[in-house]
Amino acid sequence: MFYREVGQFKTSYAADQAIFPIRQDRIGLALILAVAFIGIPLIGGEFMIASVMIPFLVLALAAIGLNILIGYTGLISLGTGAFMGVGAYACYKLSTLFPQVNIIVWIISSGLVSCAVGVLFGLPSLRIKGFYLAIATLAAQFFLQWCFVRVGWLYNNNPSGAIEVPLHTLFGIPITGATAKPLTRYYVVLTIVVVMTWFASNLVHGRIGRNWMAVRDMDIAAQLMGIRLLPAKLLAFAVSSFYAGVAGALMVFLWLGAAEPEAFNINESFVLLFMVIIGGLGSLIGSFLGAALIHILPIIVRTTPGALGLSIGSATAEHLTYIITGGLILFFLIVEPHGLARLWQIAKQKLRVWPFPY
Amino acid sequence: MRKLKKAVLALIATTALAAPALPAAAEDIFVPLFTYRTGPFAGSGTYIANGMHDYLEMLNQRDGGIGGVKIAIEECETGYNTTKGLECYEAVKPKHPVIVNPWSTGITLPIIPKAAVDKIPVLSMAYGLSASSEGETFPWIFNPPDTYWDGMSMIIKYIAAQEGGLAKLKGKKIGYLYLDAGYGKEPLPFLADLSKELGFQTKLYPVAAAEMQNQSAQWLNVRRDRPDYMIMYGWGAMQPTAVKEAVKTNYPMEKFISIWWPSEEDAKGAGKEAAGFKTLNWHAATPDFPVIKDIEKHVVGAGKSQTPKDQLGTVLYNRGVYNSMLIAEGIRTAQKLTGKKVVTGEDVRRGMESLNIDAARLKELGMDGFAGPIKLTCADHNGHRPTFVQRFDGAKYVKVSDWIEPMHDKVGPLLKADAKAYAEKNAGWPKRTEPCDAK
Repeated sequence: MFYREVGQFKTSYAADQAIFPIRQDRIGLALILAVAFIGIPLIGGEFMIASVMIPFLVLALAAIGLNILIGYTGLISLGTGAFMGVGAYACYKLSTLFPQVNIIVWIISSGLVSCAVGVLFGLPSLRIKGFYLAIATLAAQFFLQWCFVRVGWLYNNNPSGAIEVPLHTLFGIPITGATAKPLTRYYVVLTIVVVMTWFASNLVHGRIGRNWMAVRDMDIAAQLMGIRLLPAKLLAFAVSSFYAGVAGALMVFLWLGAAEPEAFNINESFVLLFMVIIGGLGSLIGSFLGAALIHILPIIVRTTPGALGLSIGSATAEHLTYIITGGLILFFLIVEPHGLARLWQIAKQKLRVWPFPY
Repeated sequence: MRKLKKAVLALIATTALAAPALPAAAEDIFVPLFTYRTGPFAGSGTYIANGMHDYLEMLNQRDGGIGGVKIAIEECETGYNTTKGLECYEAVKPKHPVIVNPWSTGITLPIIPKAAVDKIPVLSMAYGLSASSEGETFPWIFNPPDTYWDGMSMIIKYIAAQEGGLAKLKGKKIGYLYLDAGYGKEPLPFLADLSKELGFQTKLYPVAAAEMQNQSAQWLNVRRDRPDYMIMYGWGAMQPTAVKEAVKTNYPMEKFISIWWPSEEDAKGAGKEAAGFKTLNWHAATPDFPVIKDIEKHVVGAGKSQTPKDQLGTVLYNRGVYNSMLIAEGIRTAQKLTGKKVVTGEDVRRGMESLNIDAARLKELGMDGFAGPIKLTCADHNGHRPTFVQRFDGAKYVKVSDWIEPMHDKVGPLLKADAKAYAEKNAGWPKRTEPCDAK
């Protein structure tokens, strides 16, 4: 009833091929953007912005990167954490070598560095597939993390071994460092994530995305159809690493403010993999849903008892969080093995025919 | 569909409820404790968490708080995870904490620049950024009573004392087993300088954080190199593994000396053969003090804590108690300085800077002989206090050396240079504008 496209006629091919052909979808998207840009800053406290929304957006961006690789091209990677690290360290090096250049430029450029490293480690993907490729990317994870610890040049030989983020401004307003307001940081992260999501959406719906999906579904068939596998796979690695790299730079510069190499360990890669799997392989909205489930759900579970006035020990709360979050993940996967994005699809379909299902 | 709607509404309701943090009562002093009773480091973290909590709770029960003001204690579970630690920091910030204890170097580093902006002092007791001992550069950070460089200098001095003087170290081989992270790598340049100056040879055995529980490669090298002494800078699972491997390798335990982090449990795992293992420490590791008795009577005995009775007086429990004692004394000093009862973070910063716990005060606290006196100043936020060596006898640690002074002349300039470099690298690092109370 609310969600019927009856009466919405397309008069051109462009309109028919639009990413959001249904008017309700476009309204919904506009609403989400309005909430993100206006609603949340208005109602959300500092905690909401700094500890819930910024990490959520950064993780979602990294999940989009990984989704391009796993969900769209069918190449399993366990090195996302390390590629995020490449972005973070590249941004740190570039911004300390040339501090006069605007930090946004360096955040985007560091994605390119990560992109190059990703292509390098993506080379084996032409010959190996599936679990074997996962192991190859695992090697990338360990090698890069080793570099973050051992190559002093990367962290300017700080005795603490960590990278620290000094003050950087945009239009005279501090956006990194301790004096940057969470709201300012939020707007910067949100803008970058929205633009990059829009870009990814165009990419996966166009020729390149179709190439990737053909490779995913059956690479020999794709090859016979004239898709050159090496460029297609390497491009997927490049774009995926670019997204991971920008997410890594955002993570250190606009979320954490300082990071040790441990921040980019194998756990980070696994967490992102879970986000992609739970959110839905081959779906951009799934990346957001997965990031929300993995990052925001534990925070809700953790803060609920306190907000309800129940006093339980912090360790008990943590154990409960693990139990409930784990249980919910299992629940969602059993209910819909294809992830939250598929659940969303089904909900949309049901809404379309409601209240007269057939 | 109705069900889904309900679920969504419930979700929104909980989020809305969760977002605004409940403020602590205005007449309390809010002290959040960042703890880790879960995760890979819980084995050490639980002791510390219990010690910190119990001392403050004891003050609440016995004296009604500090200066008549109750302390609102709240634990936040970090799991030793940096992102969760930052989440804790953001969660407690609106409740105006008077001081925070990150209990993880990874969490301390991002908080350091925030401290001055949010006006919340940070107490990173003998961990964190060593250079933050320089109060002129880091007015909001306190890391008493020692830095890791002080620790290394004291271990070298102890080894020298065993050999009969610093000159006798010439030609000796000293192995350094360390966590391959910022913490373990920090003493490397210092160790290199010392070895050049004193003529001993250093052998390095880095242990990657992911490989903490598998040190066979490192100890194979130890067996080949046969160092005269072994020094360890470890944490979490690295420590029991190292002790076990040392026993397996038949390394003479008497010559295996660690920085101050191992607990009894870390050594016990290796059985009786671990006897002889040594660590640095600056406080007692027994429950025979009035302060511990008070905790037992008012808190543990009264069922106001999760601490099992046999944990009282263990190394890391007592360290938690010492940590909370510093907090409490900082608050007390702040109350004295400002004349206010309910102090703020800014006041406690002043209080910490004027902290002066002498032997008489320790006696009043029921900690006579528990630890050495400590005095902080505006320039020195660390104290660089002497420590002693304690030996594991198979069940507990026993003090076996006198107090050893750190090499002040060598550590001091390094810290100054490092603090200067930090301020330079972080362009726009604020100049100290906070006034100084202690003359």
